[in-house]
Amino acid sequence: MNQRSFAAHEAAWRDALHAAQVLAIDPVGLGGVRLRARPGPLRDAWLAALRTALASGQPWLRLPAQIDDDSLLGGLDLSATLQSAHTVSRRGLLARCDQGVLVVPMAERLAAALGARLCAALDRQWVEGRCGSEGDRARFGIVALDESLPGDEGDDAPPAGLCERLALHIDLDDAVAPGAPSVAMDAVVAARARWRQLRCGDDALHALGKAADRLGITSVRAVLHAVRVARAVAALAGRDRVAPDDLATAGRWVLAARATRAPASEARAERQPEAGPDPSPASDGDARDAGPSNDDAAADPTGLAEHIVQASCTTLSAGLLSRLQGSTGTGHARREGRHGAARAGTLRGRPVGSRRGDPRGGARLHLIDTLRAAAPWQSVRARERPSAPLRVQLRREDFRVHKRRQRRETTTLFVVDASGSAALHRLSEAKAAVELLLADCYVRRDRVALLAFRGTDAELLLPPTRSLARARRCLAALPGGGGTPLAAAFDAARRVVDDVLRRGGTPLSVWLSDGRANIARDGSPGRAQAHADALRHARAWRECDVAALWIDTSPKPQADAQAIATAMGARYLPLPLADGERMSRAVRSCTAVHRAVRS
Amino acid sequence: MSTPYPFSAIVGQQEMKQAILIAAIDPGIGGVLVMGDRGTGKSTAVRGLAALLPPMDVVSGCRYGCDPASDHSRCGDCGAHGSRRAARKQKAPVPVVDLPLGASEDRVVGALDIERALTQGVKAFEPGLLARAHRGFLYIDEVNLLEDHLVDLLIDVAASGENIVEREGLSVRHPARFVLVGSGNPEEGELRPQLLDRFGLSVEVRTPTDLAERIEVVRRRDAFERDAQAFVARWRKEDQRIRRRIVQARAALHAVSVDDRTLDRCARLCIAVGTDGLRGELTLLRAARALAAWDGAACVGDAQLRSVATSALRHRLRRDPLDDAGSTVRVERAVADLFDA
Repeated sequence: MNQRSFAAHEAAWRDALHAAQVLAIDPVGLGGVRLRARPGPLRDAWLAALRTALASGQPWLRLPAQIDDDSLLGGLDLSATLQSAHTVSRRGLLARCDQGVLVVPMAERLAAALGARLCAALDRQWVEGRCGSEGDRARFGIVALDESLPGDEGDDAPPAGLCERLALHIDLDDAVAPGAPSVAMDAVVAARARWRQLRCGDDALHALGKAADRLGITSVRAVLHAVRVARAVAALAGRDRVAPDDLATAGRWVLAARATRAPASEARAERQPEAGPDPSPASDGDARDAGPSNDDAAADPTGLAEHIVQASCTTLSAGLLSRLQGSTGTGHARREGRHGAARAGTLRGRPVGSRRGDPRGGARLHLIDTLRAAAPWQSVRARERPSAPLRVQLRREDFRVHKRRQRRETTTLFVVDASGSAALHRLSEAKAAVELLLADCYVRRDRVALLAFRGTDAELLLPPTRSLARARRCLAALPGGGGTPLAAAFDAARRVVDDVLRRGGTPLSVWLSDGRANIARDGSPGRAQAHADALRHARAWRECDVAALWIDTSPKPQADAQAIATAMGARYLPLPLADGERMSRAVRSCTAVHRAVRS
Repeated sequence: MSTPYPFSAIVGQQEMKQAILIAAIDPGIGGVLVMGDRGTGKSTAVRGLAALLPPMDVVSGCRYGCDPASDHSRCGDCGAHGSRRAARKQKAPVPVVDLPLGASEDRVVGALDIERALTQGVKAFEPGLLARAHRGFLYIDEVNLLEDHLVDLLIDVAASGENIVEREGLSVRHPARFVLVGSGNPEEGELRPQLLDRFGLSVEVRTPTDLAERIEVVRRRDAFERDAQAFVARWRKEDQRIRRRIVQARAALHAVSVDDRTLDRCARLCIAVGTDGLRGELTLLRAARALAAWDGAACVGDAQLRSVATSALRHRLRRDPLDDAGSTVRVERAVADLFDA
């Protein structure tokens, strides 16, 4: 590590530490932080700094990953109730966390349902446990420890709704701590008393709004977060009003991570006419910018917005920036797409008998079976505890809960050949075919995934989702050209299918290709080796017992494609002319046969 | 509970505000579906409206919040006392109940009260979220991610106004009339078409693209957060004006007349856009009538039909699932064809 980059890493750490102190001013008012960092001493040091800077007596609780509703929101304490024969309630974790900080470890693995409860509590600052109870105050801030890697999306990122509600997004990956962190306690205490009163001028609001606009942030909540953070930063610095630098800091911490597009160049932004009757001096911003009046630039929202955007860009890592530049401006769509809770055996579906277990976490008590389990022991227990307050003595081991079975969800994986051999007009026909099949999936409520292969590799364009709008957009943007790495496609498809199986779904694969592989698994060109590799992978596919349909997209049926389809146990369907009806029928029969085999 | 943001201070989002107001005037409309971006004030609007509604009379001690003025739609507890004895009443705020994603069926419909079963050996019913939402709003964020069987159940109860529980030897029925407000982001998945149709009104919300409007949103919200009491006081007058209008509109609702010409227009519009079944026409008429009551009109006119047509019909078209924004445009075109002809 050279001297200069070490300084940069050190600066990143100082910046993160600064953010910790700002958050400590009022974690409740600011909502919290998404801290992206690997576990380790650095993250611990950051958390310790935050904890030191908090007011004394502020709760600091960790959220257990598998917490149930009763423990989270408050409810009945089952064992204590049984022991004493009186109702014993307990306050939930969130109520106990009132005015404090809730640490959410491994936020990227947080279940959607749990995330939704946290969001609701953040919005209402109030939790209601069981029906009829008054509820408790629960005003808290969240520190979401996000261990996902940059670029992880969808299922590997924290729930989008939660991220949206956390003001600060801090990345510790670039930081290096030079020594023990120091916290300016006095400044934090002073800021705590006055940050809410601090004014954020109209021009500052305009600038933040504009900056968010330039970065393609649609949510108004993000701008609000930025306003709050700017006020807190100014208060920490001991200022009486928000200065341009405070706005820049807020931009870096709040707006940068939410950006969905790289900011357009200033010249292009200027050309867009100011919409609506705007009383601010922004309308004559062009004239002002022409003059070299540096003092004015800070007061002028346009100049200020540019200042914020520039600052935000410094935290956008180079890779992210290039990805954003490639996107069409609706990049946020790719970050989302998280789905309902994992399906567990005792929660949903048709009841099928009972099993031993605690009625917690949504599992329902099977009362009759519980009593039946307790019955044989009653005389023994009565002898053991003659003075028991209950006529029937229940113990924890008696509890039986409902067992349920649920129909498995189907995920249709489209594997599309986008290589040069699937010449461009064939690709557009293949796209049309996939669109038709998508409409079918919509009717059946299937999830769909899209995988394309071209050049030397296969890419999962769309992880399993139920949103057809996204699927269609992905498909429309699919470029063509390059080699046909069929073996690589098999590998990638296998990963998707395994993932679906692991989540308890039923995968179904539809392949659209001419089967003329010309890139071997190791990436080297050569038709013979590529075909051999593809055949080998196809035979391996047969082992995983996943239904497959092969649609041959070449103008004339190909022997290669047929051979591969046979090897993988797929239904083979040549597509001399794009006949939607036939294709749709084939997929349907494929699903039907498969369901019959499974059940 | 924290102070809700005043309804009248919400900037823009006219269509959503109108839909929620209509549902507040005529709860029988059958729920509102709000689809759109995050952070557009969906939940703020629902909470704000519920807070400005006049507090309702409830039978004191009733677990289901029964209406003392109504005899036929009472729960078993209140009904047993009969209408001979005038029920003691008390005031209660209009409830807004959040249905969290991943809520169990027990929690929603209610279940055997395990606590009392274990400690006292009594077979009692513990009411669920549906009971709590009676006569108020049931708000579901991310309704498109909710388990299908729960959505089915909710829509069924919302339509019938009654929750019937038959399980574990319990046999309970209690009134549960509420306005179902579902919201979600279409990017994350869609609702089954069968479910879409069951919502009365459907609204699409977008983040304001106009910078000035966005900044006004932030400015007001910021002022609210700095001093909620002062902000609420500043908007109280406006909120009370809306409250008076809602109360008047509710009273006038049944007096609003509908002439044959309007019925004819409803039918023509529905045929033009090709909705399945009669639900579209009924909802269209009902929403237009509520809006006429809100406007203080004596009968439903073209103005009301025009302004509710999109909300009432856009989710009922037999649509191409891959067509992004076609429905709204199709309804608007049909409206223009019919009324401007």
